[in-house]
Amino acid sequence: MPKLSFRQSLNDALRSEMRRDPTVVIIGEDVAGGAGGTGVDDAYGGIMGVTRGLVGEFGRERVIDTPITESAIIGMAAGAAITGLRPVAELMFVDFLGVCFDQILNQAAKFRYMFGGRVRTPLVIRAMFGAGFNAGAQHSQCLYSFFTHIPGLKVVIPSSPYDAKGLLIQAIRDDDPVVFLEHTKLYDLEGEVPADSYAVPFGEANVLREGGDLTIVALARMTHMALGAAATLASKGIEATVIDPRTTSPLDEETILESIEETGRLLVVDESNPRCSVASEIAAVVAERAFRDLKAPIRRITAPHTPVPFSPVLENAYIPSNASIEAAAMELVRWS
Amino acid sequence: MSLDRDSLLLAYTTMRRIREFEERVNSEFVAGRIPGFLHLYSGEEAIAVGVCMHLDAGDYIGSTHRGHGHSIAKGCDPRRMMLEILGKADGLCAGKGGSMHIADLQHGMLGANAIVGGSPPLVIGAALTAKTLKSLRVAVAFTGDGGSNQGTVFEAMNMAVVLQLPAIFVIENNGYGEGTAVEYAVGAKDVAKRGAGFGMPAVAVDGTDFFAVYDVMAAVVTRARAGGGPSFIEARCVRIHGHYCGDPQTYRSKEELAQAREVHDPITAFRRRVLASGQLTSAELDSIDQSAAEEMDAAVAAAHSGSVPAVETLYTDVYSTY
Repeated sequence: MPKLSFRQSLNDALRSEMRRDPTVVIIGEDVAGGAGGTGVDDAYGGIMGVTRGLVGEFGRERVIDTPITESAIIGMAAGAAITGLRPVAELMFVDFLGVCFDQILNQAAKFRYMFGGRVRTPLVIRAMFGAGFNAGAQHSQCLYSFFTHIPGLKVVIPSSPYDAKGLLIQAIRDDDPVVFLEHTKLYDLEGEVPADSYAVPFGEANVLREGGDLTIVALARMTHMALGAAATLASKGIEATVIDPRTTSPLDEETILESIEETGRLLVVDESNPRCSVASEIAAVVAERAFRDLKAPIRRITAPHTPVPFSPVLENAYIPSNASIEAAAMELVRWS
Repeated sequence: MSLDRDSLLLAYTTMRRIREFEERVNSEFVAGRIPGFLHLYSGEEAIAVGVCMHLDAGDYIGSTHRGHGHSIAKGCDPRRMMLEILGKADGLCAGKGGSMHIADLQHGMLGANAIVGGSPPLVIGAALTAKTLKSLRVAVAFTGDGGSNQGTVFEAMNMAVVLQLPAIFVIENNGYGEGTAVEYAVGAKDVAKRGAGFGMPAVAVDGTDFFAVYDVMAAVVTRARAGGGPSFIEARCVRIHGHYCGDPQTYRSKEELAQAREVHDPITAFRRRVLASGQLTSAELDSIDQSAAEEMDAAVAAAHSGSVPAVETLYTDVYSTY
């Protein structure tokens, strides 16, 4: 099986869906790049190079460079979605949600329900997220809990190149608006990715590792931290199950609950701020539905309730670490 | 532009149907028989009708919180609109939308919109669909003078110009954003100049004059269909009712309020003109008035006797696993 980077696997998904369906278009700032300039076309191919080469194959009518105008990007994509296209809009950094939230929250997310089920909104909003990029407070947040809170949106957060391709294909084929979030630190991650087209269904968690002592639930980059911590714990005789929900809306509660039934201990690792977070939600689901299975209090390892700092020393302290995951896991196992 | 008899009859009929619909909504609301709150289009009929008479069923419009008139002009069924406004199961949105969210994609009606300035970004999306699929359709964004101050509208106008989309921005300037006058809230005073500033043809027109709106729209829609890109129309009009149904309108003088009905009513003006020119007779117009009144009485009766939604539908039409 060929090895592809997370970035290439996203490109692969977009290319194969654009070949399959002429109504799929890409809309965003610099998704090709170079429009109207004196240099080359396809200068950027997306700020992270995810859409590179697509304008060459599909032309500027389907790989649409826009001004920096997030409300119009998202709104135009939503309006196109309800009238016959399947747009993939690129928000660039998820932090830019702040300048276009109405078009997501009050428009795209609401149409199907508010219009009595008589409209489909096959819209994908791609955005990158996450700290560790020395990008400061306005380019490093997670924010997936915002989207997860809103009925009508689906929220996808892949952790591997394989999932990135399969989940993006699923997102494009889905008839509801999907927010597809890519962690900035994962773009260069390589993994085996089938050349063929395939879809990974939403709402099915991926069990990355099985162990009987505790359950660690983590998303995106944090799954890799959790697996690292689990390897260290294994050397100390503690075996952890690591679950990647892959989508937070829908959320695969059953896989998590089944694991808790076995381990009785839950540690949720979430890079976002703690209040009203996905970590809080998963903790609440387990507290509510698996109280009798629990052998220890539920623990959350999250970023602190602060903005993301710039200085690398501070930023490193902000992001959950392997050491903090290991320490929390040890506490849970020893709790009595 | 000279209109034939059929077009004149259609224009008058549609304006009259809108007025009869709105006046019934008003009386039902005042009688406490409609849940929520409402915004009435009375006084602005010439704009919706003058614009939408140039549109086909496949063309798109996006509307505002004051959307009943646009919906009727675009071909939505008033009976099902009334059912929706009363929250009934057979409403256009199955009772889940209400007055401020009436949509009917089958008639190219992308939705009323309860967010001021919410609709124009969506409308340029419909225009993008038309351009991408080469359908020759056009998309009209109705916005108010209040909406014309919103950044989303600026963004939509710029994008439409950059991508040369078949979009038409119609700003209904009724003089007030809620209870604050344009005189105060629009810094540049001249709304049409704003459209021009984005690099598209922009024109101001008397929005109480059906014929003026119809003529301006004719040129604009031809340009859009021919791939000439977006245009901007500021239609100056007068709101007969308040911002919301029941608004005491203390921010308008008694003289101004009286003039709204007595001087600026677009239906009266239309009637006077076609009678003076001898194109239509008062018997014809009276007969239209009568049928419109009967149609809307029937719509109200149907809406009151319609079934409420089954409680289970609370959970349908949305992706939900929890």
